[in-house]
Amino acid sequence: MIPELGQFALVLALLLAIAQGVLPIVGAWRNNAALIAVARPAAAGQGVFVFAAMAILIYAFLTYDFSVAYVADNSNLALPWYYRVTAVWGAHEGSMLLWVFILNVWSVALAAFSRHLPPAFLARVLGVLGLIGVGFLAFILFTSNPFLRELPMPADGGDLNPVLQDPGMTFHPPVLYMGYVGFSVAFAFSIAALLGGGMEQAWVRWARPWTNVAWAFLTLGIVAGSWWAYAELGWGGWWFWDPVENASFMPWLVGVALIHAQAVTEKRGSLPAWTILLSLFAFSLSLLGTFLVRSGVLTSVHAFASDPRRGLYILAFLVIVIGGSLLLYAIRAPKVATGKPFAPLSRETGVMVANLLFTTAAAMVLLGTLFPLIGDALNLGRVSVGPPYFGFLFVLLMAPAVLLLPFGPYLRWGRAEGSQLTTMALRAGIAAIICAIVAAFFAQGHLRAIAGIGGAVWVAAGTLSYVIKRWREMPRGRRYPAEMAGMLLAHTGVAIFLIGVMLSESLSVERDVRLEPGQTESVGGYDFRFDGVEETTGPNWRADEGIVTILREGKTLATMHPQKRTYSRGQVQTESAIDAGLFRDIYVALGEPMEATNVQGAWALRLYHKPFVRWIWLGGLFMMAGGFVAAAERRFRAKRAPAVEPATTTKVTPPVKESLA
Amino acid sequence: MNPTRKRRLAIVISVVAAAIVAVGLTVFALQRNMSYLFTPSQVQEGQATQYKSFRLGGMVKAGSIQRATSTLRVSFIVIDADGAMPVEYTGILPDLFRDNQSVIATGRMDGARFIASEVLAKHDENYMPKELKDAMAKAHQNKKIDDTAMKDTPK
Repeated sequence: MIPELGQFALVLALLLAIAQGVLPIVGAWRNNAALIAVARPAAAGQGVFVFAAMAILIYAFLTYDFSVAYVADNSNLALPWYYRVTAVWGAHEGSMLLWVFILNVWSVALAAFSRHLPPAFLARVLGVLGLIGVGFLAFILFTSNPFLRELPMPADGGDLNPVLQDPGMTFHPPVLYMGYVGFSVAFAFSIAALLGGGMEQAWVRWARPWTNVAWAFLTLGIVAGSWWAYAELGWGGWWFWDPVENASFMPWLVGVALIHAQAVTEKRGSLPAWTILLSLFAFSLSLLGTFLVRSGVLTSVHAFASDPRRGLYILAFLVIVIGGSLLLYAIRAPKVATGKPFAPLSRETGVMVANLLFTTAAAMVLLGTLFPLIGDALNLGRVSVGPPYFGFLFVLLMAPAVLLLPFGPYLRWGRAEGSQLTTMALRAGIAAIICAIVAAFFAQGHLRAIAGIGGAVWVAAGTLSYVIKRWREMPRGRRYPAEMAGMLLAHTGVAIFLIGVMLSESLSVERDVRLEPGQTESVGGYDFRFDGVEETTGPNWRADEGIVTILREGKTLATMHPQKRTYSRGQVQTESAIDAGLFRDIYVALGEPMEATNVQGAWALRLYHKPFVRWIWLGGLFMMAGGFVAAAERRFRAKRAPAVEPATTTKVTPPVKESLA
Repeated sequence: MNPTRKRRLAIVISVVAAAIVAVGLTVFALQRNMSYLFTPSQVQEGQATQYKSFRLGGMVKAGSIQRATSTLRVSFIVIDADGAMPVEYTGILPDLFRDNQSVIATGRMDGARFIASEVLAKHDENYMPKELKDAMAKAHQNKKIDDTAMKDTPK
């Protein structure tokens, strides 16, 4: 009975979504206040029913309701309760429900916190979100219903894919979706602006906090996914340029471009058409990401759910959303978007160059990800593009971005002066070169490590010198408004990330070895002593657990317990053991016994020493924090004010002070 | 030319130049990193001879896995409907690697043997990579072999 209520709730949510998608937009067009007023309650209503459906599915998992096919497929009696909750989004149907659920979290938040927006504009924004909701709810109800019954009811269920039975997986998908789906808000704002025909100049300011928060969530989601792959997949890599990873990375890259372009449009009124186009792209790539992961058109190491029939629906949906929004853009953008001109040497130009680099990078990733499809269509055979393609081009595109990054804050709006830039470049350049030379003594011959240190110091010193400049020149309380603090945090994150990537990539020592119990192997200055294997059990698995003692100069540092688990359904899963540290990780994974019958004998082991690998995720977390902090800017919550002001008092770079400097 | 036109010309030229560089680099990177998938019978027909490195896809022949006792070297035989290819790999194999599983190995030919630098096994019980399925179906086409053994069972 209860699962039917879930389905019923979804049907009601679909009806309300249709109301939310059609009536307010018509109302805003016809200037009908009654229809405009439908937007908010309809969004709230859709939210209530979608939340109810989600709660019912979670309840079905918690109560072992195996009469529901989705529950029976993805959980069993032995699965602990927390993994039964995460099993909700462990496969296709549930993750689509999660998508709609999060769309509604955003819609309800928007309805609640946007009372200061003009009603007609908010009606259009919520209307667009309603239409997206219609698309996904219809998709769930017609092609992938999580509440379908299975009769007769099986006595016990299947199993959640063991790689998903990990703490990292509990929050990775919801957080990632918060980011993905969050770009729908920026998308809805842009569509509303296009529909409104430039009636509301301030829309970019209202869109900015939402976009920043969505981007910050996406950053956190990608960091969590990368960390999970590192810890769980047992290869010790943190990024594989796998199609599924690329699917989340493309919207992120466009998102970086978008949050910067929005700042330009909001403050200076320049590049409005570009900002709108970017928000269309960001959301389209989010949808494409869902399509790539969920339709199985691409071979991916972790495409868990594959069913091409559903792909057709998403493909049609994709064509309607992307085609429709681009058509609207082509018709309306010339009216809405009249950008202000700016000098070649200005912050606008800086942001534009960075924007081009990031969008090109996204296009490059898109080409590489879709290339197997293109190859198939052109009859080139079964082709795939290896990680070196992405690595080579990505580094090539990001190197100039890193080089330009410290100049950003020093560039003034409209027209910048060269002298300040030269001073900053000299200071940061000297610091970078000195640190690179010092690093050269430690990292013998590892050019990438030296380049990484140099690049990171260049970014950090440039950012720091701007922090000092603000401290000296601005009165207390106006030094670091939230928006600027966020920018500085995120840019510092880039420096930290650079150190993590370059040092861990060049200095890591990875070795696969065969060890007898009692044997010792030395990797990266640490001795790994293999003390044999014991048997252990968990709630739904049994495992061979290795005991590896880490010694340094004869002293015991840690004892590690990597496992080879066999789950109740027979799937084998490697659980690596990681001794984490700020400056290095020690990573041990069990391979297989050299003789299958003799687990007490020699084993194949994977021993890694990875310096600075945590800095990769630490840098990502800084970037995420930057996004959240910037979104807290007080100016964004101001009542209606003209969008395009001259660069005056509260602005980031007050011209008066600058000219005194 | 007046200054406005001059500036426009400069912008157009730099955009075109940037586009040419970008396309050139992309084509270069693509060409160097494209990797084709072949099944053992396709390799034995000589389809892969022009590629230094490629991917070999098929099933692990039951009972063919042999480990060296003192090193991590493993050898096994990858088969499709009417081809078989000995493969050699040094390192730790993925969790799902075992007899009768579909695998994709990346590497190069050394005489009649395939030296793999990376081995991927299919990711869950019911899933066979689509491209591998297509490649094997293509290899089977002329042979009128019952395909049911090859089908993955959708959930």
